[in-house]
This record gives sequence, C-alpha cells and structure tokens, in this order.
Amino acid sequence: MSTPMTPGIAKARLPAETLAENFDDLHAPFAPHEAAVAADRCYFCHDAPCVTACPTDIDIPLFIRQISTGTPEAAAKTIFDQNILGGMCARVCPTEDLCEQACVRELAEGKPVEIGRLQRHATDTLMAKQSHPYERAPETGKKVAVVGAGPAGMACAHRVAMHGHDVTIYDAEAKAGGLNEFGIAAYKSTDDFAAREVDWLLGIGGITIKTGMRLGEQLVLDDLVDGFSAVFLAVGLGGVNALRSAGEDKEGVRDAVDFIKELRQASDLTALPVGRDVVVIGGGMTAVDAAVQSKLLGAQNVTIAYRRGRESMSASEYEQDLAASKGVRLMFNAQPVAIHGNGAVCEIELEYTSDDGSGLKGTGETVRLAADQVFKAIGQTLTTNGGLEMDGRKIAVTGAGRTSRAGVWAGGDCASGGDDLTVTAVAEGRDAAMDIHAMLSA
Amino acid sequence: MADLTTDFLGIKSPNPFWLASAPPTDKEYNVRRAFEAGWGGVVWKTLGAEGPPVVNVNGPRYGAIYGADRRLLGLNNIELITDRPLETNLEEITRVKADYPDRAMIVSIMVPCEEQAWKDILPRVAATGADGIELNFGCPHGMSERGMGAAVGQVPEYIEMVTRWCKQYYDKPVIVKLTPNITDVRKPAAAAMRGGADAVSLINTINSITSVNLDTMSPEPSIDGKGSHGGYCGPAVKPIAMSMVSEIARNPETHGLPISGIGGITTWRDAAEFISLGCGNVQVCTAAMTYGFKVVQEMISGLSQWMDEKGYTSVEEVVGRAVPNVTDWQYLNLNYVAKAKISQDDCIKCGRCYAACEDTSHQAIAMSDDRTFRVIDEECVACNLCVDVCPVEGCITMEPMAPGEVDPRTGKVVEKEYANWTTHPNNPGAVAAE
Repeated sequence: MSTPMTPGIAKARLPAETLAENFDDLHAPFAPHEAAVAADRCYFCHDAPCVTACPTDIDIPLFIRQISTGTPEAAAKTIFDQNILGGMCARVCPTEDLCEQACVRELAEGKPVEIGRLQRHATDTLMAKQSHPYERAPETGKKVAVVGAGPAGMACAHRVAMHGHDVTIYDAEAKAGGLNEFGIAAYKSTDDFAAREVDWLLGIGGITIKTGMRLGEQLVLDDLVDGFSAVFLAVGLGGVNALRSAGEDKEGVRDAVDFIKELRQASDLTALPVGRDVVVIGGGMTAVDAAVQSKLLGAQNVTIAYRRGRESMSASEYEQDLAASKGVRLMFNAQPVAIHGNGAVCEIELEYTSDDGSGLKGTGETVRLAADQVFKAIGQTLTTNGGLEMDGRKIAVTGAGRTSRAGVWAGGDCASGGDDLTVTAVAEGRDAAMDIHAMLSA
Repeated sequence: MADLTTDFLGIKSPNPFWLASAPPTDKEYNVRRAFEAGWGGVVWKTLGAEGPPVVNVNGPRYGAIYGADRRLLGLNNIELITDRPLETNLEEITRVKADYPDRAMIVSIMVPCEEQAWKDILPRVAATGADGIELNFGCPHGMSERGMGAAVGQVPEYIEMVTRWCKQYYDKPVIVKLTPNITDVRKPAAAAMRGGADAVSLINTINSITSVNLDTMSPEPSIDGKGSHGGYCGPAVKPIAMSMVSEIARNPETHGLPISGIGGITTWRDAAEFISLGCGNVQVCTAAMTYGFKVVQEMISGLSQWMDEKGYTSVEEVVGRAVPNVTDWQYLNLNYVAKAKISQDDCIKCGRCYAACEDTSHQAIAMSDDRTFRVIDEECVACNLCVDVCPVEGCITMEPMAPGEVDPRTGKVVEKEYANWTTHPNNPGAVAAE
C-alpha cells in the first residue's frame, strides 16, 4: 500500500476507512433537536434580507418557522415551491455569500442562522417521507425540449411538466444531473444524492430523459425548434480554458473538472490515484474542490496557486478557510509560466505577479514547486451556441431567458447574466419555464 | 459581601431563599442535600392527617411548557401531598432540624376542615422542633376535590376559621399559603390576617392544562388516555404572582402583613423583585426541580452583589421598596410623554419593530429601501411594543420628552405638572383639581 509520501501519482495513499471518513458529509445533517435550536435563532425578519439574497427567493423565515413548529415537511414545500432542487442547493449553495451573509444575526454577532443546514433538514425530511409532493396539471399535448440535465435544465423541465406539457431532456452525458452529478466535491453530495434527487424530481411525470445526446453532435438546434413548441438550452460550459504555459501537455497535467468528475463517479476511492505533490491552478470553487479532494485522497502537499490576490479569489472566504483547514496551501499572486519534467511533470514554475492598478503583470521573479500532478481550474467555456447571438462568451438572453431566436430559451451557466451557481441556474430554469408556459398558454 | 441573613417572623435563616413545599422537600434525604447546597430554609412537603397516606398516580405527574432550546418556562403537576406516613415525616423533620439549627424549617400541613383534625396534628408538628407551619390552602388538584387545599383557600371564612384554630393550638408562626385560583387575592389574605396569621405565602400553583396530545386527544400529563388540570408554576407564572403579592402589600387592610413570595423565582433578580414588592423572603421550587439545588448559589451571589452595588446592607432594607410605586391606572401621569428611539448603531435591521408597529400598532416606524428604521414621532404613542419585540437589548429606548417641548403627535406642549385620569376632562367622573 502507498502512503501520502509515495512519490508520483499513486492510488490508495490512505486506508479505505480514512477515505470513507474524509469523504463523508462535510456538515452532518441536523438531528431534530439541533434543527429546533437552530430554527429558534431565526428572528422572522420583516421583508427578510436573506430572501432578497436568495437567487430563488425562497421564503426563508417562513420555512424556518415551519421547522420550529414541528412541520419540516411544510417547510420543504415552501422551499420546493421556489426551488425544486432545494435539496442540492442546501448542500452546495455558497450560503456564506448569499442568505447567511445577509442574515441579520451575521451582522449582529457574526453568527448567522444556519439556513443551509436547516434547508437540508427540511428537504431531507420530506424527500425521505414522500415520493413527490407536486401534482401535474392535465396534459396539454404541448412538447418542450430541454437540452442539458443539470440544475437549470431539471428545474425548467419540472416546472414545464408540472403545467402539463411533455418534456424531453437531452443530455450529453450517460446520466442526468449535470454539475450536480459530475462537478461538485463528493463530500457535499454524499450517498448518491444528485442521482436520488433527479429520480425524485422525475416523480412529477411527463419528463423523458435521453442521454448521450450532445448539442452540435447528435442534436441540431434547428431540428429541436422544428420538433418542439419550445426549446430550453442549459448546456453549461463544457470546455476548459488552457493554461497556455510551456509543458502543459506533460503527463500528470489535467483539467480539474475531469478529476472531480472521475472522483464523483468512482465506486472505490482507494482505486483513485492522486499525486504526492499536487498544484492546482485557479481561484474558484473548482480549484478548491480539486485541491481539497486531492488532500482528502492522501496527497502530501497540495497548493492552490492563484495569479491574483486573495481579495480577487472567486472562491468564498468560507471555501478558502475550508481548504486551509484541510491542509491546502493557498498561494497568491503567482501565475504559471512553465511546467517542467521529463515526460511527466515534476515541477511547476510560477512567476510572481503584481498589479499597480494598470493590470496584472509578472514581476519576472519565479519560483518552482515540486509537482507530480497539476490541475487546471482556470475557468470553463461554452462549447457550442447553436448559432445564437452571444453576449461575451455566453448565449445572450433577455427577460426570462429568451435568446435571439424565437422559441428558444437559455439558462444556467451557458447563458448570460447571473453567477455560475447551482441556485442561480435553478432560478433561471424555473423562470424560463414560466415564460415558456405563458407562451404555450397564450 | 452583603449580609443576607433574614429574620422572617422571628425565624432566622442565613439567606432569604427557602425551598417551597413541594417534591424537593418531601424527604430527609432531599432536604439534607438542600441544606448542604446552601438553601436558607425549607417548607417541608405538606403533611396530611394520621392514617393511610394519600396515593399518587403511577404515571406522569408533570407537564411542561418550553421556550427556545427546551428551556423550561412552565411546569405543571398533578402530584398530591406527601404519600409517606405521617410518623415517618415527623421523625425526619425532627432529625434534620436538630442537625441544621441555623436553617428555617417550616412544616406545611393540610388536614380536613375540622377542628379536631388540626388539634390532633399540631402538637405532633410542634414536637419536631420546626420553626413554624404553613397552611396549604392552595393545592388546586386532587386534595381540593376532598374539601382541602384550594377548596379552603377559595372560601375566606374557612381560611379565617382554620387559621384561628392553628393560632389557638400552635404557638409558633403560622403562614397561610394562598391560592391564585380566585378573583381577588386581597380577600383571602385579609381573612388569614383576621384569623391571626403571622404571614401569607403566595402564590400556590395555577389551574392549568399544559398541552394536549394531538394523536391521543388527551391532555398531558396523560394517565391512560385521560388528563386532569394540574398546578402551574415556574418562570411563566412570575408576573401573575408579583401582581398578587403587590395587591396584598399595598392594600390598606393587609399592608404590613409579612409575605413569603412564591412564583417562578429562578434567579437572584426574580427574588429581588419579589422582595421589593413586599416579600420578607422567597420560596423556590421549579428552579430547583429544573436545575438542582445548586441554583441557590447563583441566587446568593447575585443578590449580595446587587445589594453591595446599591449599598443595601440587609435584605430588610429592600423589602417593600417598590410598593409605593405600584398604583392604579387612574393615577398614572398622563402628562408624561415619551417617544421610541432607535439606535442606528445597534440596529441589526431585522425589521421586527416595523412589522409590529405597521401591522398591529400605530404605523409609527418608517422603513427605507436600505432598511433603515426610524420612528415617526408624529405617530408614536410610546406603546413600547417595538422595544419588546426588538431582539437587541437597548437598541430601542423610550425617551421621555422634556416639559415645554411640543409633542408632534398631539401638537400639545408637554406639561411639567402631574395630571391623571381622575381630573382629565374626558373623564365623565372627573373631579376638579384642588
């Protein structure tokens, strides 16, 4: 068996029990009394700031009050009415930047009501008890295509189906879920939650999923527009930005999203290899997820190298602290210039940077870090736009996700506007669904 | 550290904290533990007449009301008086009193409303060496159905009669414990006084149903699917108890009658408040039943610290200090005008004051787009609801207006002089000010 000190990329650096423990729930679910105590802290604010901060506008004070009065199922309904993926959002939302940051108790004490965990308590309770809480309206015979079975696509499909229309979801992967299934740190979605949530959501009926269908390959937008009354594109960002550094093609250099995906789909974590000295390039959630999970797999040294300062890092302070607490080193103002090694990477050369206000510049000084594995996490890109108008690097949308082409809506990470967050994707999917429904009912 | 020694009816105790007659004082074992923990005295759990003792239910005796985090706010019970033989209790009382001569030992008694019954038991109680007796005219369940407890306490004539027997056949202090399950507590207090009582103690527990099990539709505590009202006590009853205490303290007929205050006393502050309203000492039960006997240590240290800070050197100095300030509504100064003020530095922008005022009061708080909350003096009647619902202590305050200022709500100048309803022009029964 290998250990964290084993050189190179090796599997089973840690015993199976340790790995199981490391990849268990980041936050254990609340026991009922813990939930009651946490719920009691909510002040039931007027026009609550937390609701304003939630991209899906969940009535947070109401659902917390429903928990405190012993009806977590009613609380879950309050959540799902606004956000059908409330279960996953409870696990992955950067609540520290959203509802919990806005919580008045954060302002008062630096200790917000634990909204995310309370939301999980409510949604888990209902999902464990009830197959599906919504009833579908009588069938309208109208057909809607959704491309992409991630958060935006699933939220849109559910809402459209609920109103009686038939939905066909196409997804490029072998199973549905999108980033919920393939792109989130494993300790945030344990026990196959993403797949279970998809199954539960499909309980509404009227939704067919066709996998292995990629837009621009097996699917053509023109055909979808012809065959369906409305099309919702939620294809996400399938491409990965390149480092454009010498040596990027060396063995041991790979995309962080692929590593995260492989880890999420692994049935045996002891079979998953990881480097002894891992360097992750990037400053977002993907970088943190890759770095933390490398550490949890048993890497001896893990460094996140980010070209700008801490204040510019898109991973939240909470995520930065999480990484640091797991033993990940955060290195700022360092950009990759070269990857060294004979065939396989053994060192990465970083140049220090500074920004005097005129833009980020290399200082010319470099530092080398030992690295037998390098993960690139410097952003994802749209792979196909179906010929629609673009806004920067994303599909341009107006209103509730309307694209430049009549009958085609877009939402989630592939569309302009909003942060690239699960919860934002859900909101966009839901709102596009309502717009589509309005159009179909007109 | 202030001297907490108390002389109540000539009964000395090292502090004013006694354990009330209740489960914590039912046995020698408990009472010794209480004295070791520092309690100044105990009122032994109520003794009944000679003969087969009462029996208790064999299921739940207590029900509860909770606040956040299952903090016990109210407790009710359907337990009866002691269910142990009279002789056993008397022997234990004798032993404990002998071992703790500096602590107050009061014996609670409840026997039928017959002179002979009292004549029989009183000499036996006297023989224990206890410092006094307390007549349980308050127990609201079980015993009252047998013509004792609250059934006596609700009839002033019975109170007077039994008290008189006790004074006749017992030569140490007699305290009459009053039930709150009446409409005017001054009547039974006056009756006790007429009967010769040395003091009254109050309140006993309040008739209550704490909850209903919505599955079985049985009140709780539930005994085989049925429930009965119990006696309510604990922090929730404190306001009711203090009102009743103050009524007796300021009633001319009973003014000066020593009072042992009971009802939800949990901290030194509660005790100080009861004492300020005229109580010579206090009795505690629920706090001990919730947290154990050790709570008395906080009561002792807190009361001493507060007395030191205020310069009081004895409990006696505090007794009744607030009584002159308890008055009737009609005598409140209607020329006193206050306005709520929100400290923007302390405000956490929860908006509860706004919701409360806008929905349920006087629309006197404005909310801006950036969630700044401001009092509209033109509308504010100083009702205090915003202060009460604000989660931040001291964030909203009631600021009195100075005489000479114009109240923007009424347009009237704030008068310096005191004026109340009795002379107000809107009062049909107003009498001209002299």
